[in-house]
Amino acid sequence: MVEYKPIRKVVSGNYAAAYAVKHARVQVVAAYPITPQTSIIEKIAEFIANGETDIQYVPVESEHSAMAATIGASATGARAFTATAAQGLALMHEMLHWASGARLPIVMVDVNRAMAPPWSVWDDQTDSLAQRDTGWMQFYAENNQEVYDGVLMAFKVAETVNVPVMVVESAFILSHTYDVVEMIPQELVDEFLPPRKPLYTLTDFDNPISVGALATPADYYEFRYKLAKAHEDAKKVIKEVGKEFGERFGRDYSDMIEKGHVDDADFVFMGLGSLMGTVKEAVDLLRSEGYKVGYAKVRWFRPFPREELLEIAEKVKGIAVLDRNFSFGQEGILFNEAKGALYGTGARPIMKNYIVGLGGRDFTVRDVRAIAENMKEIIESGKLDREVEWFHLKR
Amino acid sequence: MEIPESVKKRLTLPAEEHFYAGHTACQGCGASLGLRYVLKAYGRKTIVVIPACCSTIIAGAWPYNTLDANLFHTAFETTGAVMSGIEAALKAMGYKVKGEDGVMVVGWAGDGGTADIGLQALSGFLERGHDAVYIMYDNEAYMNTGIQRSGSTPYGAWTTNTPGGKRHFLEKRHKKKVIDIVIAHEVPYAATASVAYPEDFIRKLRKAKEIPGPSFIQLFSPCPTGWRSPTDKSIEIARLAVQTAYFPLFEYENGKYRINMPSTRKEPKPIEEFLKLQGRFKYMTKEDVEILQRWVNHEWEKLKKLAGVFG
Repeated sequence: MVEYKPIRKVVSGNYAAAYAVKHARVQVVAAYPITPQTSIIEKIAEFIANGETDIQYVPVESEHSAMAATIGASATGARAFTATAAQGLALMHEMLHWASGARLPIVMVDVNRAMAPPWSVWDDQTDSLAQRDTGWMQFYAENNQEVYDGVLMAFKVAETVNVPVMVVESAFILSHTYDVVEMIPQELVDEFLPPRKPLYTLTDFDNPISVGALATPADYYEFRYKLAKAHEDAKKVIKEVGKEFGERFGRDYSDMIEKGHVDDADFVFMGLGSLMGTVKEAVDLLRSEGYKVGYAKVRWFRPFPREELLEIAEKVKGIAVLDRNFSFGQEGILFNEAKGALYGTGARPIMKNYIVGLGGRDFTVRDVRAIAENMKEIIESGKLDREVEWFHLKR
Repeated sequence: MEIPESVKKRLTLPAEEHFYAGHTACQGCGASLGLRYVLKAYGRKTIVVIPACCSTIIAGAWPYNTLDANLFHTAFETTGAVMSGIEAALKAMGYKVKGEDGVMVVGWAGDGGTADIGLQALSGFLERGHDAVYIMYDNEAYMNTGIQRSGSTPYGAWTTNTPGGKRHFLEKRHKKKVIDIVIAHEVPYAATASVAYPEDFIRKLRKAKEIPGPSFIQLFSPCPTGWRSPTDKSIEIARLAVQTAYFPLFEYENGKYRINMPSTRKEPKPIEEFLKLQGRFKYMTKEDVEILQRWVNHEWEKLKKLAGVFG
């Protein structure tokens, strides 16, 4: 094995994604511009223009067609990628079901952006979380490094279990913010991620196949079960791939939930994506001031890591779930998922949902401190003031 | 069954068969004939994309496949986009696409999936210049959902959502000229064809394969179920559509129009000849027939002028 010497580059989250696409030796990219995703596909186009990659680039006429063309490419046997955000992801919705139903290992980056109206181009997780039931796996990146690592791991996981993966990053906070990213030399990426070996392709002309044919009630049910089972099986694959990535490149992703100070914490902050970077910073500060706090950063939202969540819930008195998203008529989506996963387990931590940062509203270390003070009171008094709090609301 | 060489020599269509018997099309279905001819022309080295349409059903429910060729079923509006992705993947994987011995990527979509919901993806496919062939089999309504009007339904037609009735609520818009929209993209090759003229259709399919870039064929494809016509009259009706100049056969190749036999043979027959065999037109008044005839005359004169000026 060649010795691993990372190549450090200062890049935006979007460029980190584009470099990962190049290093993954993606064969087909079909995409459509949308803020704040566009610089991913611009960078890929630049790589092609410079002769750095042989990607077949299809500049489609909509996101719906972006996903449809990516599906066509993946079914044919190619490694295929696309990227989008918000309205574009919503337009793809029908074809997201198609990609997972046809069991195609597509990888897509979604740059979390708020849904309109009112128009907004800023960070909000509701776009991707609203695709929860499409059969896609979802990986949330905290920083630019995790965008890069996430795309590489996503292909390996997707191609092992034949389920597509969405790698999710935050609008502007990651997509347009420059940071140091350790990139992996091409030959070492190639060792980690060899060429795709599809089970079926549309190119075996001596043994023609039909993909996606009508299934009657006698068979449809089993097709769904197989997809459900693939998601369950993916948990083991995710851990193995995450461990292998750590062994090769020094950044371990074997946990689907990244944990900090959980063992001696009274309560933990739980959330997805870039806002957990702020939380981690705040936790260090709070601990230095004597707060017994920790964090649980949910890396994989689908498949949902219920087993890892239970381990955490059994150790702590409280969980503050931070949702940069909302399910109208109910509560924050991660909060809802976490409560549901713990029902019937014996773990009964006090759980409170903080709705934060919608539409790119700043979420700061000061906010984490305020939430910590509130959580401390709740745990000491044993009384939950309210279950869901719109934390930033102007009063 | 092996066809003797002596018989093969006399055949005007390829003897090879890649469309299995036992499919689930209705009696007298033009689409099933059309798909059979497509596979005769292109053989097994073909990837067929079928969106939601009658052919989703005709191709067979899992685990059956009527097609002896690779088939990707896709969502209603995505034929052009999926074809684009397949073509890009084939090129990325090192396959020769189109031309002699090349892989054929074929979109096989109905008129609703082409003229209406799939028009955007079709336009993108054409405009980007992918090497593939899009075939719109035109049975002039949403037949698979039970006969609803599409943009391709002609003036005066009964469908289940233009049902006539006391208020004479029939289709009151003329047929959308999808091929004109296609030609506006300045594609290298576009043509009309009919299941009543299979030799002409197969010749056009072969040309569509030879010429690089995107090709488009609009295939007139009778539907006895939706047209309320006798199942043994499909070919006759399709022939009359050409003979009345309701659906003339022509080609557009590298900027030039050419009207094909038998459309050039003699003056068109009156449109009533085409209408009278089909129950879907039985609610038309004399005035309705005149309106449709005027449209047919106008379009036919326009085509002849185009063929004269750009021939």
